Amino acid sequence: MEHKDETANRPVLKAVSIGKKVTSPEGLLTILDGVSLEIALGESVAIVGQSGAGKSTLLALLAGLDEASEGEVWLDGEALSTLDEDGRAARRAGRVGFVFQSFHLIPSLTALENVMLPLELVGEANAESRADEVLKQVGLAPRRRHYPRQLSGGEKQRVAIARAFVTRPRILFADEPTGNLDSRTGTKIIDLLFSLNSALGTTLVLVTHDHGLASRCDRVIEIEDGRLVAAENASG
Amino acid sequence: MKDIVAGLKALWRDWRAGELYVLMLSVVVGISALSSVAMFTSRVAVTVQQQAAEVLAADLVVSSSRPLSADLPRIADEFALQQARVTSFPSVAFAGEASTLISVKAVDEAYPLRGRLKVADKLFAPGYAVNGVPATGEAWGEARLLARLGIETGQRIRLGALELTVTQVADYIPDQGFQFVDLAPTLIINLQDLAASDLIRPGSRVSHGLLLAGDPKAIQSAGDRFREMEGEFLTVRDLESARPEIRNAASRAKRFLGLAALVSAILSAVAVAMAARRYAARQLDTIALMKCMGASQAMVLRQGVTQLLCLALVTGLAGSLVGYGAQELLAWWARDMVQGVLPPPTLSAWLVGPAAALILLIGFALPPLLELRLVAPLRVLRKDLAPPRASRWVVYGLALSAYFLAVFWLVGEPRTLLLVTGINIAAVLVLSLAGWALVLAVGRLRRGMGAAWRYGLANIARRGSESVIQLVGFGLGLMVMLVLTVTRDDLMSQWRATLPENAPNQFMINIQPAETDLFMATMDSGGIPAPRLSPLVRGRITAINGVKLADLDFEDGRGQRWVERERNLTWSAAIQEGNTLVQGSWWDTGSEIAGQVSVEEDFAGDLGLKLGDQLEFDLSGESVTARVTSLRQVRWDSFRPNFFMVLSPGTVDESLASYITSVHIGPDQRGVLLELARNLPGVTVFDVDAILGQIRGVMDKASLAVQYVFLFTLLAGIMVLLAAVQATRDERRYESAMLRTLGASRRTVLLGVLTEFSVLGLLSGLLAAAGASVASYLLATRIFDLEGHWDGSLWLLGMTAGALLVGVSGLLATRSVVTQPPVITLRGDAG
Repeated sequence: MEHKDETANRPVLKAVSIGKKVTSPEGLLTILDGVSLEIALGESVAIVGQSGAGKSTLLALLAGLDEASEGEVWLDGEALSTLDEDGRAARRAGRVGFVFQSFHLIPSLTALENVMLPLELVGEANAESRADEVLKQVGLAPRRRHYPRQLSGGEKQRVAIARAFVTRPRILFADEPTGNLDSRTGTKIIDLLFSLNSALGTTLVLVTHDHGLASRCDRVIEIEDGRLVAAENASG
Repeated sequence: MKDIVAGLKALWRDWRAGELYVLMLSVVVGISALSSVAMFTSRVAVTVQQQAAEVLAADLVVSSSRPLSADLPRIADEFALQQARVTSFPSVAFAGEASTLISVKAVDEAYPLRGRLKVADKLFAPGYAVNGVPATGEAWGEARLLARLGIETGQRIRLGALELTVTQVADYIPDQGFQFVDLAPTLIINLQDLAASDLIRPGSRVSHGLLLAGDPKAIQSAGDRFREMEGEFLTVRDLESARPEIRNAASRAKRFLGLAALVSAILSAVAVAMAARRYAARQLDTIALMKCMGASQAMVLRQGVTQLLCLALVTGLAGSLVGYGAQELLAWWARDMVQGVLPPPTLSAWLVGPAAALILLIGFALPPLLELRLVAPLRVLRKDLAPPRASRWVVYGLALSAYFLAVFWLVGEPRTLLLVTGINIAAVLVLSLAGWALVLAVGRLRRGMGAAWRYGLANIARRGSESVIQLVGFGLGLMVMLVLTVTRDDLMSQWRATLPENAPNQFMINIQPAETDLFMATMDSGGIPAPRLSPLVRGRITAINGVKLADLDFEDGRGQRWVERERNLTWSAAIQEGNTLVQGSWWDTGSEIAGQVSVEEDFAGDLGLKLGDQLEFDLSGESVTARVTSLRQVRWDSFRPNFFMVLSPGTVDESLASYITSVHIGPDQRGVLLELARNLPGVTVFDVDAILGQIRGVMDKASLAVQYVFLFTLLAGIMVLLAAVQATRDERRYESAMLRTLGASRRTVLLGVLTEFSVLGLLSGLLAAAGASVASYLLATRIFDLEGHWDGSLWLLGMTAGALLVGVSGLLATRSVVTQPPVITLRGDAG
């Protein structure tokens, strides 16, 4: 099998017929079935669908957080199935950022330290100044010493966004980033996400069930019962 | 290196954020309990050992009827032992016209090596302890001696060619109870005066003794060297060979202290295990997130191990220091009881804390950490994803083994350790099984009650495996506390009962068959209840199963020495008091029973004897054969005449025997001794009052130490329960907040929490009482050689204490969660 895709205009993320099956009390359950897609560098793509359609599973497979039962995912030109979990983690380090619905800030770390964490994991020397800089960009410089429990939901998500962008990742995965926020705060967060995205030229993969939010992406991929039903250019 | 720094940094951040408080508190409490008990018991054990050594005034005594060869002190020097010389012999002292038989004890400046002499300034004045011995030209005499000579202190006496001033009344001589002494009172003089007395001549009945003391290992090795030289003129005595009753008391004391230490060790293990679990559980999300951001498994593991080692070091040291402080307090509190200065804690007692912290943290926190390593990064999307289970039993098993090895080093009593460990393993298994059954049963009880009750019980049932783990934890903690509370009193009073106030304190030997009537009459006239006389014959084993001794090969050197010496034999129709048959059967007095022998079990072991073996004895020239028909256990500390070998009546020619007995003579009955000396001058009296006093001293020290240590262990146990409850608090936070949000009143939520914890406590108490009953019984019968019985109060106490302790501490631990507005908890949860 070919593991390196050397074409000049190569996609940063490519999935070929990927599927995910799990065993459940009712027998083998297909969560995702034969999904193929390509996402180019700098592109923003929304994955939409009903609850339980398999959006988050697709995101987990694309990010290498989980292993596909079949098919292959190429992340930045490398086939993920050839890597073990540590190998996949190493590919993510510094290259992939995440924003989650429930923020996932580490409660024992301050806002600043939460943002520093991905830099520290890749051994970045001036982690603190860079984290400070990004916190400033998201407007949270005055809150840098605060712990997550002392922040509002919107502030938490801004810290999470700062943490996701601080390594200047090539790809950013966002899983329902506004799901836990009211609509006004959600809009602000999305504005921030898109502005950083375009400023840094990051590839954005956004899982949402909000069609309005999805429409702000370059492309929308719709999933239903684990299958790709439609792919459209949102803006075109 | 990078990961180590990162690990330390993460640890510091966790500490700052308050994540580590519960874990560290539990470990520090557990370790301080363990190390304070370890240190205190090590100190008391040393004192007990030293007190026991007083009967020899040394750890080891080498004595000879000939002047000691220069080799002996040289060997002692090799082992860096302290040395003192004692020469004793019978003589006559004169004061004016009066004279009396005395026993002279000439000592050098180093005497005594263990214990202290006590003197009084005048006859009948109170005695006090002194350091040092009489100066040259001076002598210290027993009150009886002064009384017989009709002198007071300050007056002069003549001893051979010597003129000595009696400066003090010798009130207490540590090693006095050691030998069969005549009624002759002791006079202590300085060894330097001995030559001038001109009393020692060839043929004099002199005993030249070299007293030795020092490091136990050195004593052991030196003892072995001297024993190789043992022979006709040289005898070696250590505590073991000198006084089995003291050794018995000391080793039982050690077992009590060991048990207390073991209990605190178990409590600390429970505390650390529960806290470590919580710590690991709280790390799950963080690790998943780190992996999501690119952290490798190895990195997670290295960071985790760094954190654990660092935690172990800090908590181990802190625990040891707190423990040191606590036991210093204990020592100060118990200062009257331990009389005098306790030695500092031994080095090994200092090492117990850090070693236990390391083993416990690694043992109990590493398995969850190993699992953490395997946490799927996918957990960031799916919270329900638990890590795959590492094979915990193996790791926990190894950790527990390592831990108990470490505790063994502390307790040093393999039998106690094995039994207690066995009981604990069984308790964990039974507690788990019973826990499951109870949890299932409780699940069914929840219908038809109020909301709080239902919520509380539902929680227990829903968190099935969590509840079982908590039941086991609380149950184990309560169980050992119950064992210590209830059993301690019982065992202590039983132990004391083995040596009642009227325990025999005088041994009388050499009563001739013709003198028995006069002897009994003398006792009767002195108001002494008629004692039981045991016949005594001196004899030597000459052959076993027809094989001459010379042709027998003993695996054990002890066996060889046993048979070479002449031994005391007796015969008896009935088994003696304090003896228990362990094999075979006692002779039936109705039939022809001559030619049988009952052998003490250890003695039989050393000689390799078994039932049915034929022994040949030489009894003053008469040859006698007897078959081994039973083996006996002998309570050497009964203070009655005890024998290694008891013959069946009719085996020995009764005219060969003299009689021996032991009686209790109170302080105001001592006149009977003088009467006895007048009526039966041939009878030798052996005063064991001093030994009895020493044993009682050992008992008092041990039992008081156990009382104090118990208080401390109880406190530690309560702290541990609190910490354990604290460890479960996270689980309740969210639910309480949810219930409050859904409209439950504070009261309902609190009642629910109280119900849950009280029922958990009640169930733990029930299981603990069952465990404690079995454990107490086994401890009494197997370890302390005492009677075991069942105590109903254990059950009531267990359940009440369980429900109260766990219920109240659970309520206290979760109260803050319930009282704060639910929004804080709910918002805080979405970190």
